[in-house]
Amino acid sequence: MTVPLLAIGREPLELGRLIGAVRAGAGDADATGADGALVTFLGLVRNHHAGRRVRYLEYEAYEPLALKVFRGIAGEASQRWPGARLALHHRVGRLEIGEASVAIVAASAHRAEAYAACRYAIERVKQIAPIWKHEFFEGGDVWVEGATADPGDQHARAEAERVACA
Amino acid sequence: MRVTVRLFARLRDIAGASELPRDVADGATIATVWRELAQEIPALVPYERSISSAVNEDYARLDCVVHEGDEIAFLPPVSGG
Repeated sequence: MTVPLLAIGREPLELGRLIGAVRAGAGDADATGADGALVTFLGLVRNHHAGRRVRYLEYEAYEPLALKVFRGIAGEASQRWPGARLALHHRVGRLEIGEASVAIVAASAHRAEAYAACRYAIERVKQIAPIWKHEFFEGGDVWVEGATADPGDQHARAEAERVACA
Repeated sequence: MRVTVRLFARLRDIAGASELPRDVADGATIATVWRELAQEIPALVPYERSISSAVNEDYARLDCVVHEGDEIAFLPPVSGG
């Protein structure tokens, strides 16, 4: 079965599947051979946050909009770093400590672009993807609320680019 | 006219429902829909300045006019990753 480049699902994330999707996405063998770098990122469920001992997380997404946002992020990255390609999978549902919540793979001809595109993608996910984490910690639970999502905010986009190139 | 409001994460917990059918006046904007909802559910009011909104699965500004049958989503600040 073909692995999509962009996905949201309940199953455990497997980097190998994203790597395969990105490399297949290069099309013919010549194009795949043009990649000189492939960078991977896994976001993990941490056992502590803001001084609390985290027991587990539950992620929720507005899935159809989140997938559109992922497409937008991939488009922004390939516009900013021509030749860079992304795979981006996010998990929803209950996740235990140590499990991966998000997986990103970026491929490009050179490492600088692959690193930058990968970092850019996770920054943008945190800024604009309609996904929420519900944190269950020792003594209670809380919805974590980060950024007000605004895909048209050019300052946020510029900040993600700045971080990606730092 | 009738629209469907969708609420996520803490907004859903506050309202006690993920989906609410709502009757709104012709010419209503997303902001109108939010204000009327927040009048009925005052615990939503603190989110006035931090929500994002979407219509039919696309981000949309609060001044966007809504139409019969639209799905209007209110999103609290996001925390993916």
